[in-house]
Amino acid sequence: MLSKRIIPCLDVRDGKLTKGIKFTGNVDIGDPVDAARAYYEQGADEIVFYDITASADGRDIMIDVVRRVAQRIFIPFSVGGGIRNVEDMRRVILAGAEKVSVNSTAVTDPKIITQGAKAFGSQCIVLGMDVKKVEMSGKIPSGYEIVITGGRKYTGIDALWWAKEAEKLGAGEICLNSIDADGTQNGYELNLTALISENVNIPVIASGGAGKPEHIAEVLTEGKADAALIASMVHYRTYTIAGIKKYLNEHQIKTRLYW
Amino acid sequence: MIAIIDYKAGNLTSVARALQSIDESFVITDDIKKLDAATHIIFPGVGAAGEAMANLRRKELDSWLTGWIKTGKPLMGICLGTQIILDYSEENETKCIGLVRGKTKRFPDDLNIGCRKLKIPHMGWNNVSFNRDHPVFNDVPKEAEFYFVHSYYPAPEDDSLVLGVTDYGISFCSVLAANNLVAMQFHPEKSGRPGLQILRNFCRWRGNA
Repeated sequence: MLSKRIIPCLDVRDGKLTKGIKFTGNVDIGDPVDAARAYYEQGADEIVFYDITASADGRDIMIDVVRRVAQRIFIPFSVGGGIRNVEDMRRVILAGAEKVSVNSTAVTDPKIITQGAKAFGSQCIVLGMDVKKVEMSGKIPSGYEIVITGGRKYTGIDALWWAKEAEKLGAGEICLNSIDADGTQNGYELNLTALISENVNIPVIASGGAGKPEHIAEVLTEGKADAALIASMVHYRTYTIAGIKKYLNEHQIKTRLYW
Repeated sequence: MIAIIDYKAGNLTSVARALQSIDESFVITDDIKKLDAATHIIFPGVGAAGEAMANLRRKELDSWLTGWIKTGKPLMGICLGTQIILDYSEENETKCIGLVRGKTKRFPDDLNIGCRKLKIPHMGWNNVSFNRDHPVFNDVPKEAEFYFVHSYYPAPEDDSLVLGVTDYGISFCSVLAANNLVAMQFHPEKSGRPGLQILRNFCRWRGNA
């Protein structure tokens, strides 16, 4: 039986690790390559890198980070942030990432999903979605709206519609981040996660709000997620990946326990 | 020397990096002279069967593989490389190399566990139940899991070639082995320490299972 995946997320800026809380007040916590290797050894099933670098120089540094990570971990990893076109995707994939994720760019230029899927296969293309709860309306029937540029800009796009549309366009996976829950450590947005996961036929990674193992158990059962993204709860060593997985298995949620 | 067949099907460098990490030397090539000189062949692949077969035929690597398998020297198939060693793939309705009788099938669209619909592709970590021992899987514990990402799976005609099976709504052949051939649906190069152990074993294997 397929295991549920536990995926630490590493935010990188100018080649260094940061951890954003509600997208502000980032604190440097070290080298991304060392962190990736440590999580690999501790039983991460996959790793997500999110590059928040703004400059072109910084992006070259990121490609170098990807290359070094690929030499040191032998599990899949994805890179998102700053991917503007298929050429950017190609650089990241050739440097050794399994998957690339697109978020704001996919909203403004949806054909990047199709082009990426055609060039590298759907399994390489992750749609990152940042979502905020809003009032249900004719325009936003699900009551969840897509926001972009780091949660600052409302798009008027319904999250459920966009998830289905992205699947049609060729996305192979969705990384679903609740802006409301992100950084709170009060638990994932379970309704949102279940809504999206039940209405697409591609895997959904839940993101935003993980504070303790119970939250992860909830989102993988009630929330119907296929995988859970975690950050602070392991970055600050409050919990270990092995400890989280042990907890999940004790609660009848199958995860990979031998690595 | 290990040779990785280069037929422009996906990212071969991940297999190369995994071999580097276990200190094995290798070449990545489509040059038949270099392939002939190899001791072991790794046949990886990511992508679609139709295009992969077209690329192989253009370079006559399909017939080269048919010759290689008769030498008795080890051949490892990975993912798409495993699927297209059978006779036929339902993906793009493709005639394949035919080193093994049988075909590659698509997962049915209505796979369920209980009332839960299973997603396709089958992506993530899953177990393999082995039917017998095999030198390439020495020192790989039975609780190990492997990284899969695929919508099609190999279905050899001869059940005795099935070395391992995996459960995803249906039980499918995830590892097959015949004489000097061992082929797996999952990615050993992305399956952590157990995956690296498989690659290490393969590099030491003489092709006599």
